[in-house]
Amino acid sequence: MSGLAMPQPDDATMRHRDEIVADMRIIVPGEGVVDAANAMRAFESDGLTAYRQLPLVVVLPETVAQVSRVLKYCNDRNIRVVPRGSGTSLSGGALPLEDAVLLVMSRFNRILQVDYPNRIVVAQPGVTNLGITTAVEQEGFYYAPDPSSQIACSIGGNVAENSGGVHCLKYGLTANNVLGIEMVLMNGEVVRLGGSHLDAEGYDLLGVMTGSEGLLGVVTEVTVRILKKPETARALLIGFPTSEQGGQCVADIIGAGIIPGGMEMMDRPAIQAAEDFVNAGYPLDVEALLIVELDGPVVEVDHLITAVEAIAIRNGSTTCRISQSEQERLSFWAGRKAAFPAVGRISPDYYCMDGTIPRKELPRVLHGMRELSQKYGLGVANVFHAGDGNLHPLILYDANVPGELDKAESFGADILRLCVKVGGVLTGEHGVGVEKRDLMPEMFNQVDLDQQMRVKCAFDPNHLLNPGKVFPQLRRCAELGRMHVHRGQVAFPDIPRF
Amino acid sequence: MTIFTPSTSDEVLSTVAWAVAEESPLEILGHGSKRGIGRPPQTEHTLDLSRLTGVTLYEPAELVLSAKAGTPLAEIEKLLAENGQQLAFEPMDYGPLLGGEPGKGTIGGVLGANLSGPRRLKAGAARDHILGINVISGRGEAFKSGGRVVKNVTGYDLSKLMANSWGTLAVFTDVTFKVLPAAEAEVTLAIRGLLDDAAAAAMALALGCSAEVSSAAHLPERIAARVAGGALGSDAATLLRVEGFGPSVAYRIAALKTLLGKAGPLEEIAGEASRLIWRDIRDIRPFADSGEKPVWRVSMAPSQAHQMVLTLRMQAAVSAFYDWQGGLVWLRMEEGDPEAALLRGLLRKHGGGHATLARAAPAHRTALPVFEPQAPALAALSLRLKQEFDPKNILNPGRMA
Repeated sequence: MSGLAMPQPDDATMRHRDEIVADMRIIVPGEGVVDAANAMRAFESDGLTAYRQLPLVVVLPETVAQVSRVLKYCNDRNIRVVPRGSGTSLSGGALPLEDAVLLVMSRFNRILQVDYPNRIVVAQPGVTNLGITTAVEQEGFYYAPDPSSQIACSIGGNVAENSGGVHCLKYGLTANNVLGIEMVLMNGEVVRLGGSHLDAEGYDLLGVMTGSEGLLGVVTEVTVRILKKPETARALLIGFPTSEQGGQCVADIIGAGIIPGGMEMMDRPAIQAAEDFVNAGYPLDVEALLIVELDGPVVEVDHLITAVEAIAIRNGSTTCRISQSEQERLSFWAGRKAAFPAVGRISPDYYCMDGTIPRKELPRVLHGMRELSQKYGLGVANVFHAGDGNLHPLILYDANVPGELDKAESFGADILRLCVKVGGVLTGEHGVGVEKRDLMPEMFNQVDLDQQMRVKCAFDPNHLLNPGKVFPQLRRCAELGRMHVHRGQVAFPDIPRF
Repeated sequence: MTIFTPSTSDEVLSTVAWAVAEESPLEILGHGSKRGIGRPPQTEHTLDLSRLTGVTLYEPAELVLSAKAGTPLAEIEKLLAENGQQLAFEPMDYGPLLGGEPGKGTIGGVLGANLSGPRRLKAGAARDHILGINVISGRGEAFKSGGRVVKNVTGYDLSKLMANSWGTLAVFTDVTFKVLPAAEAEVTLAIRGLLDDAAAAAMALALGCSAEVSSAAHLPERIAARVAGGALGSDAATLLRVEGFGPSVAYRIAALKTLLGKAGPLEEIAGEASRLIWRDIRDIRPFADSGEKPVWRVSMAPSQAHQMVLTLRMQAAVSAFYDWQGGLVWLRMEEGDPEAALLRGLLRKHGGGHATLARAAPAHRTALPVFEPQAPALAALSLRLKQEFDPKNILNPGRMA
């Protein structure tokens, strides 16, 4: 691991491994406990493959009662637990710890209820994102958030990461599409939040759980909202001589009151790589390529296509193609969807970043990235969820060249610092995990971080659930709870009062 | 009894820090337009944020607006309207129901009460649009969460946690919301004369088609007469709102008419007339009678609502109407007794959800849980969370108890 400090393994846990494995076999009988090193190898990393670690033991429960018993057992004995869905996290959220039980939720793979009158689906957390759409598409419905890993990623993992996707500008993130969850706390208590109704009766714990990266509870059931599929979708493929023009076009589309179903931008290196890979027919003489997808009733889509085309021309587009068929629409997307593997072809390794910026800062950030690219001597290609300002720089490096991974990571960290500097954030949709953990102080001061950790204390006071993730430095809950009150010192003579 | 009226975030911080040091609880107020909701607070001092005002950032092209927490909602809505934008979640105004002036309320209160309106179905509530906050915790510490961009998963989403916290976790000083373009056109399709069960079926049908209905309400007979100055007449009205670009609205309304042609007599209501109807539904105008009869706000599974109301009617005299396809039921208890145990028991039998006592005399609000009681493990978790933000119980103590 390149300099990443994880919590010190607990001696007592390591010493009692055999006993813990045996106890896990009692709680989860059958084939639900994996302790052989070669079999655990499949779980040693998630989508952030630069980091690998074998867990203490892998446990794959099948029932809520088993999850509850495993967590309570571990809580009582001070054993750490790392929850895992499909393991597609790009930030190391499911990276195992040497002394932690890896709790894998993949056997929770059933759809429990489909309710069309209320337009909800109740699913176990191991159901894939796409699996929900598959369950309802024969009736013309779908689940809107569509992270690019949707064929593999689990809905429980989507809750943990608040996953987005190409369509979230118009249809929202996971947080806006989940109505309820059942979860198990570290002490084994089973809690239900929300359900088939809207909003919380009290504090919005569902809002906090969504995107909490497996640090607060283990999700055992998810209720999501489904939508009727739009009647049609068409796309425009628009090329610009400069990224400024592309950025202005995006601003003008939104300024015209249009919220497209998807709005994606690629820079020249990404366009080139994608075109070489899939021959999507992308123009190669442009600095910015914009894909704008409009979905909805045919009449609306036709109306808006014309409007967007006019905006593109006004902003100096050099090419503007409008999809005339479903096949052509998909061909526009083919290059964008293949952008990551395409970049993988031109470089032995690439490192995918995930900052969000105010959209208008795009030219400045791209410029800064070019300078950094020269400084580090590493190439970078950019794909950009342009509508919501979520930038995915792909840093090109070769892990076999000593020091290049470290260099790529430093380059990535500098990009994220730049994002924060222009008013953006460290991560738009991939999560903090271990990857951006040590950058948290770039965005938050100690008071901010302490208050976040206090939320953790309310759920898991012993820091046993997924420790070492998200927070750069763990502080004991007793210490965090201490108040520093200086009686009589606070004066406020200037505040008006009646 | 002191009323503090700070006009800067630093002054708010000093005030809260002082209250923490003195262990002297504060009632947190904006305009006080929702003061009648929750257990009546008993605090010696009041922290009035109505002078902490001003829009600090508004970038229409970035779809973002930041304001000091005490900024009047009306001022923000006016600014957005001038730019063809809106808070898409359509925050309601409790003023008319609670006997206050209409048009009051602050942007901080919008978040604290997690307000929304008829468009909640499609566009979400305040919780779905809040991007970032600066707040003062009950520990007397200023902290922030979130940011000014739409996509952000950096750290826990404490901004959402502030939604529906009713001033009991932290005092807001700055809030940042996502804003969206206002629709170019709106048309409401009204189906007349339906009973509650037929209305539920019609609304489910409409929401299950691709016409992108943004709001669906059912006003039973006589209730219908109490919106938009009686423009609807008194026959029951099942209302479906379609918003968007002109040609698209016309097309979708036509599609709905084909779909619902057999459901009952149809009427089209466009533009300002439609807006007035939805505003009055949003603000519970049918029950804004300057009285004190208890009014409940019930959130539940849409398809179960009319059945629950039917059962309730057998045991109590109630007036009811439905928003959110039935997922939001407003109930006025005509005999003056809130019947909390009866209602909440029925709600549990009909798929669960939550019932909030939106209007009631102070005696009822003291004696009954205004907010839906939670299961023991969840209630304990919520309490632990409260203690992590406000260990000395300084902020609006007891309001959500």
